[in-house]
This record gives sequence, C-alpha cells and structure tokens, in this order.
Amino acid sequence: MQETIQKQTRKVLVGDHAVAEAVKLARVQVISAYPITPQTLIVERLAEMVDGKEMDARFIRVESEFAALASVYGAAAGGARAFTATSSHGLFYMYEMLWWAAASRLPLVMAVVTRSLGPPWNIHDEHTDLMAIRDSGWIIGMAQNVQEAFDMTLASYKITEDPRVLLPVAIGLDGFILSHTAEVLETPGQDVIDSWLPPRDPRVPYLIEPGGEPITMGNMVKSDSYHMLLKKMMDDSMSEARKVIQDTFNSYAKLTGRNYGGLVECINCSDANYFVVSMGAWSGDLLKAVNDLRMEGYRVGMLRIRFVRPFPEEEIAAIASSAKGIMVFDRDYSAGFGGVLAGEIMGLVPPTVSFKGVLAGLAGVDVSPSDFKEAIKGFIDETEELGPMRIRKEWLMPRMGGE
Amino acid sequence: MSIRIDQLPRDKFIMPGTAACPGCPLLVGLKQVAMALNGKMSLVIPAGCSSVIPGMAPTTSFNVPTLHVPFASSPAVASGLVSAARIRGNNGPVVVWAGDGASSDIGFAALSGAAARNEDLIYILADNEAYMNTGIQASGTTPWMAWTTTSPNGKTEDRKEMALIMLMHKIPYVATASIAYPLDFIAKIRKANQIRGFKFIHLYAPCPPGQKFDDSYTIKMAQLAVETGVWVLWEYNQGKLTISPPSAMYRDKAKRKPLSEYMKLQGRFAKVDADAMKIYEAKIDSYWNTILKLSEIYRNGG
Repeated sequence: MQETIQKQTRKVLVGDHAVAEAVKLARVQVISAYPITPQTLIVERLAEMVDGKEMDARFIRVESEFAALASVYGAAAGGARAFTATSSHGLFYMYEMLWWAAASRLPLVMAVVTRSLGPPWNIHDEHTDLMAIRDSGWIIGMAQNVQEAFDMTLASYKITEDPRVLLPVAIGLDGFILSHTAEVLETPGQDVIDSWLPPRDPRVPYLIEPGGEPITMGNMVKSDSYHMLLKKMMDDSMSEARKVIQDTFNSYAKLTGRNYGGLVECINCSDANYFVVSMGAWSGDLLKAVNDLRMEGYRVGMLRIRFVRPFPEEEIAAIASSAKGIMVFDRDYSAGFGGVLAGEIMGLVPPTVSFKGVLAGLAGVDVSPSDFKEAIKGFIDETEELGPMRIRKEWLMPRMGGE
Repeated sequence: MSIRIDQLPRDKFIMPGTAACPGCPLLVGLKQVAMALNGKMSLVIPAGCSSVIPGMAPTTSFNVPTLHVPFASSPAVASGLVSAARIRGNNGPVVVWAGDGASSDIGFAALSGAAARNEDLIYILADNEAYMNTGIQASGTTPWMAWTTTSPNGKTEDRKEMALIMLMHKIPYVATASIAYPLDFIAKIRKANQIRGFKFIHLYAPCPPGQKFDDSYTIKMAQLAVETGVWVLWEYNQGKLTISPPSAMYRDKAKRKPLSEYMKLQGRFAKVDADAMKIYEAKIDSYWNTILKLSEIYRNGG
C-alpha cells in the first residue's frame, strides 16, 4: 500500500457524476438502478460508462427500485462487487429488501440522493428519506460536499467488505445541492485505488453459485433465540464498524491528504463551549455562521455527523461532557416526534447542559448562514441569561410568509 | 432427447427430514428439477411453502446452494446472482423455484422485468393454485369457482394464464409441465438448460390440504388434470409451439376423461354444480383452442 500522498486528477463534477466516478474507480462489477430524480445522473453516467466500456460491469436495467436492490443483493450473494443508487420514494419502495440485504450480511454500497417525500410531489432536499432506514442494519453516512460524496462512496467498499463489518453501506448526498451542483474535486488514480481496494473476496461471507457448496441462506431457524443472536451479532459488527470507518478514512487520508475523521468531523471544537450539530451539505452554511459568531467572540464549535449508523455516541458524549450548550439542526422530521438527530443526541446530553433541537430546511426550504447565526446566537444568549434550557423540538421557519 | 428413469442421477439432492406436508407435490417437483440438472444449479426461493419445506436453520434438507429471499424479489435476485456467476465464468443454471402467488401476483413485475431483459435463468412456477403456505387464500392462478379462505363461495374470476403471458414476453422457451409426468418435465428442464436467456416452465403441483383431496392422491390429481384436459402440456421452443406427448391425444375432446373425475375428488370444487360444470368445460375448450391456434402460428420455429 502507498504511504505517501499520491498524484490526483483535478476535475469539475456534479455530485451525482462524482459518485459514478467513485463506482468506476472501485471496479464495481454489477450495477442496478431505477431512475428517480435527483439520482438519475448517477445511473445515466454509469450506463454510459458500461456501454462505452470505460467500466467492465453489467448494468441491470430493472423495472423498480425494489428490483434494483434485489438484483444487486443477488449479485453480492454471487460474489460480485455491486452498487445501486436511489432517492426518496425509490428508497421507500426498497424498504423490505433493505432489511433482507443487511441481515444477509452481504457487502453492498448504495448512494441515496436525499429528497423529500410526497404528497405533494417535491423533488427538493430533505434528509427524512435517509433517516427512515436507520433501523434496517445499513451503515449510513452523509456527505457534506461533492469531494466527500466521492470519497465516501469509494471508501464504503473497503468498509462493507471488511470481514469485521459485512453490513451494507448507504451514502447520502443532498439532492440538487450536491447531486446537480458542480464542484472541483480531486480523484486518485486507478492504480492507487487498485492497491488500496483489492478485488472483493467472493467467498466472504459466503458464495451462492450454481454447482457450488450447498450453502443455504435465509430458511427458518430452529430457535428464535438463534435469530435474536444474529441481531446481537449485527450489533457487534456495527460496533466494530466504528473502528473500521476511522481506520479506512485514516488510510485513505494517507493516499489523498483528505481526512474528515471517522463518524464525525469536529471543527473549531478544541476551545468551544457551545456546539452546533448537523449533517450534510448545509453544514457548510452552518460553519459560515459559526465562524461569524467566533468573530463576535462566541466560542462555538461545529460537530458534523458523517455517519448516523453506527451512531457516534462516544463522540457526542465527549462534547456533551464539556459543553455549556448543544444545538442540533435536523433537516428531517419524524412525525409526532421531531428531529431524529435531536432526539437521539438529547439522550446523551446531561440536564446541566443547555439543549435545543431545531427543525429546518424541510422540503428543500433554504436556510441561510444568517438564519443559522441568528438561531445560534439566540440559543447562547438565552442560555447565558437564564441558564440551561431543554427543548427537543423547535420549528425554524424564517421568511415563510413572503411568497 | 429421450430420458430413462434408470439413467437419472441417484444422488439425494433433497435430503430426508423435510418439513413438507404428507403428499406434498413441491418436493416431488423439486426432486425432478434437481435430477434433471444433476444438482448442479443454485436455487432462488421466494416466500412460500418452499421457504418452510427445507426445515430449520442451521440445517437444511436442500443439498444445493440456496438463497431464500423476500416474496416479490426472486426474479430480480436471480438476475443479480446469474450476472455474478457469469462474471466469474460459472455457466451453471440459476433456477428460480417460485409459487403462484410470488409469480402471478406480488412478484409479477419482477418476473416480467427479468423476462423482458431475457436474463439467463430457468424460472419454474410451481403452481398449487393458491397461497397454501399462509393457509389457502386465492391467488392469480386459483381457478374459477375454487374455494379458498378468501373465496369462500368459490373464486369469481378466471385464473391468469401465466405461461401465455410469459410467451408474449418473446423469451426463447416457455413450457407447461406436471409433477405426474417426470420424464416430460425433466426433458423440458434439460432442454431449457441448453438455451441462453429466460426460460419459463409452469409446473402444475396439486396440493392435498389446499385443494382438499386425500394426500395419497397427489400424483393422481396431477395426472387427472392432464387426462381431463384441464392442464395442457405444451412447449414453446424458440419459435415453435407444440403440444407435449402426454397431452397430445387430448386434442380430441372425446378422448378426455370426464371433467367431473378431476373435480369431484377435490373439496375446493364442491360448489361446482352441473351448470357450472358445463361452463367449465367451455373454458377448457377455449384454452385448448388458443393453444392449438398458437401451435399453428408458431409452427416453424426459428
């Protein structure tokens, strides 16, 4: 393996094309997907690559997202490296297969271009789709920019195929904000990736092939406790994945010079006493607000969630132990509850620490750096004046009456 | 391709100790599939009786590589599985062994999709004409007037003709078969295995508890279905459609056994009276006419 930073190619790509580029570099052998906006550019580009012999892969043009996941699942069971991509309603159409794929312990990677759910029809960004699969057994990551969407897609193969993990990986990227927005990125050479990510060992975890070993996967079990044990083993693998994710990005950083950390990235955290938490593309806008507040003397740090599953509880507990206040921004909504991240994080925050969960940016509504800044400033000022608050859900809807 | 029973493989591909009901037709059919392919296939099995029949993990009575998958998914899973096998240079058969619910109802889109893509699969629809595993509910292939728990007064619609639907997908091979005619079925599987692309075989597999007949009559019932003309054995092979030998003589209606011989042994048809029986016979004639006309249209092959 290369231990020094390798020469990379500078490109300008939209997020969807960057994901396709990563799939090509990973030498994926079977791709299957069904078109849904804003994921379409990924599959169109991959179809071009396969047809143009840029990639030695089979593209299975299926009739639904359910079949897309089912067919890459079959390909993985047959020993191939496989990829699918979807969004929103398409992800929900896959739902049953998501669970089957995860509990079958087969390595798979899927890109999820996040999008709101209808009705009404709306193709704009929201994270609720990605968050709705959080209990299924998939490792779930979320990129902040086009470069990271590329890096995470590529690194996911190393994570999912690790014998300590063997759980499928879903990588989210914000619809349109990343999927259709061109950014500069750097891509490593094929030879560099080939030595870092060797071909998949088809016998790990098991191989179903004609005339092969008579292995059976999935028939009923003799005892329910055996089934429960399999759940416990998935949980153990999720725990192992924390370390594997960190190690993978560390070794990737040695090749590329890019290290985002493991499950989270913490920026301006060393001297911070207030923390804001978010994930995805709008973290860039949030960071702008954080930096502006720092200019005004506020000691704010930003914890960006890179992986929702496995859940970064140690990282969150670490900031919670030293913080005066934590504010979580959710671009997702669990009806009858609130923001998913806020709900999950709040349990790790002691009552002596001020807490507020904010719901914003649903259905593609824009949230500007100044909106973030105002909300954070209000939270800090109020905490300083009145002491810790404990609010799990607050709707942030600035400028809603204007149109 | 002539087949002799004494030349079939004697290996046990389906081991004893299965969880199948007495007289289960699926075990009979699956053994024939395994014998036809000498066990050198992999199986993809959607939810249904065949998810239960192999017995309890961590053991199984199916001595071949087997992937159990969600109800609607088997043609799609098999598409991926066969893609991976071919990439690895393995040209062995991937067989989908699916029931009527998985094929004609919940998994119909996936079946149609895989056929339209002409995936290199052998798809066997093992048809016991209702959702037997969940306790006998009507499916897309449950015949008219048959009792099920969701058609307590008899099903009001006709069965879906799955083999004809698949024929219109322009796949290279479509056949019907019956567990009572193993040599015909095995010959069809072996022929299918020589062809690249999507092969569809609709296997009639009558179920004693589900169709309400004595569990010693499984084979007899499958045979009577052919002899009365209810079930027609035919084969479409790359442009040529023929009536298969066991059904050939029943082109002549006079040679068919009376329909009542088949119906009266099955509790599910208890409400079929003399008038309904006449309508039933007309439906059978109509199906025969369709097949005979198709055999004229698809006369030459190629």
